[in-house]
Amino acid sequence: MEWRRKHVLGLVDFLPEEIEFVVDTARSMEEVLTRDIKKVPALRGKTVVNLFFEASTRTRTSFEMAGKRLSADVVNFSSSTSSVTKGETLLDTARNIEAMKPNILVIRHAASGAPHFLARHVSCSIVNAGDGANEHPSQGLLDLYTILKAKGKVAGLKVAIVGDILHSRVVRSDLHSLGRMGAKLWLCGPAPLLPQEMARTGAFLTSDIREAVRGADVIIMLRIQLERQKTAYFPSLREYSRRYGLNREVFALAKDDAVIMHPGPINRGVELSDELADCGQSLILEQVASGVAVRMALLYLLAGGSHAAH
Amino acid sequence: MKKPGAKTILDWKGVERVLSRLTHEILEKNRGALEIVLVGIASGGIPLSRVIRKKILAIEGIEVPAGFVDITLYRDDLARAGYQTRLKRTEIPFSIDEKKVILVDDVLYTGRTIRAAMDALMDFGRPQNIQLAVLIDRGHRELPIRADFVGRNVPTSRSENVEVRVEGSPEEWAVLLVEAPTGKGE
Repeated sequence: MEWRRKHVLGLVDFLPEEIEFVVDTARSMEEVLTRDIKKVPALRGKTVVNLFFEASTRTRTSFEMAGKRLSADVVNFSSSTSSVTKGETLLDTARNIEAMKPNILVIRHAASGAPHFLARHVSCSIVNAGDGANEHPSQGLLDLYTILKAKGKVAGLKVAIVGDILHSRVVRSDLHSLGRMGAKLWLCGPAPLLPQEMARTGAFLTSDIREAVRGADVIIMLRIQLERQKTAYFPSLREYSRRYGLNREVFALAKDDAVIMHPGPINRGVELSDELADCGQSLILEQVASGVAVRMALLYLLAGGSHAAH
Repeated sequence: MKKPGAKTILDWKGVERVLSRLTHEILEKNRGALEIVLVGIASGGIPLSRVIRKKILAIEGIEVPAGFVDITLYRDDLARAGYQTRLKRTEIPFSIDEKKVILVDDVLYTGRTIRAAMDALMDFGRPQNIQLAVLIDRGHRELPIRADFVGRNVPTSRSENVEVRVEGSPEEWAVLLVEAPTGKGE
């Protein structure tokens, strides 16, 4: 198979062979990262712009490092959408950046569909680094990559995802990446944060963390966004932590060799206890390492085609 | 196995003899195998370097370190194809510092692959020197690069392709000159 996709907007329409293609490319990228000189000239002369309308340190840094490891020029552009209406600002900003002729635009935006909107209006490749509650495709791919590396396979594994399912773009991308590769997915969270229509994806839904974790091979804990505390989604942090936090007692229900993942940043003591976050079965730092390799793979694949040439 | 219009340059015995001579030349020039490491260029150079390694073991009784390098990330024509193909693996699980690196490929053509391979090697360390061994030199160089060890010089036209088979049992080995071009040179 050859890679001909111009944008990575979401995993929703990714074929299994495309997912495997990215994973395979990421394996080669990971080898580059084991060398003394962790840099290859593949994207020499290409420009990657990180356009972040939402606060993010790790995803932006990860894309930045991925671009630099491939010898691309990486420019970071952070902006706030507070004062102007979003549509106007976004298009205006994008056109300004396009005038500088980048090859790849990596965008994070609070509005779902913002990357898709840009893809229709600019000529360079777009990578979605998180759009509202829609998708976070590179996270979905790096979660898959991390599990494959730890477990050797994904098909047939019980993967529990626990937390704020409603607002999570990570869940939506994980559903595509892990689901399409044959994982048995369990989504768990307080009822108001657990949309019933997600059962249509084939995932099992439960508000009982014990049911989700029992016999699980992989447990992905989502960050609870503290700002949502003010809304009526759950009564208090302590209550949330007691019912949906992962601690040693609940973790004991999982398989003996179960692994714990988290897209970060962790609220220690809320969704994940200190001792579990730092235990030998935690893959949280492996996820960060895999993230650079997976993003290198995405940038490399998008930068290669003549469609990306200016 | 022979395609219509294909011309045999070397049959399996020919490949065997040429690789034996190549191995002896490598050992002669380097006065043995002590400081040698072999690096095959993916994909075509990998089976060849395996054969050479076996022959060195038979002659000198030494198992030289052997690895392989994928040059895709070092190519100078990345955006030209219009699509990306799958990357191959790079594996050089030993230090090449102060070693004599024998770079092995099946066909030497424009020289661009070799340029890329040398750049890749330099990212792994500082070898004492790099020597190039190829089974076939088909001419048409676009860079000032030459091989130290050549199995066979074959005059070709750009519309022809050289096909090297050095995998499976030796009876299946062959080098063919194929007419109908696929567009891929090396």
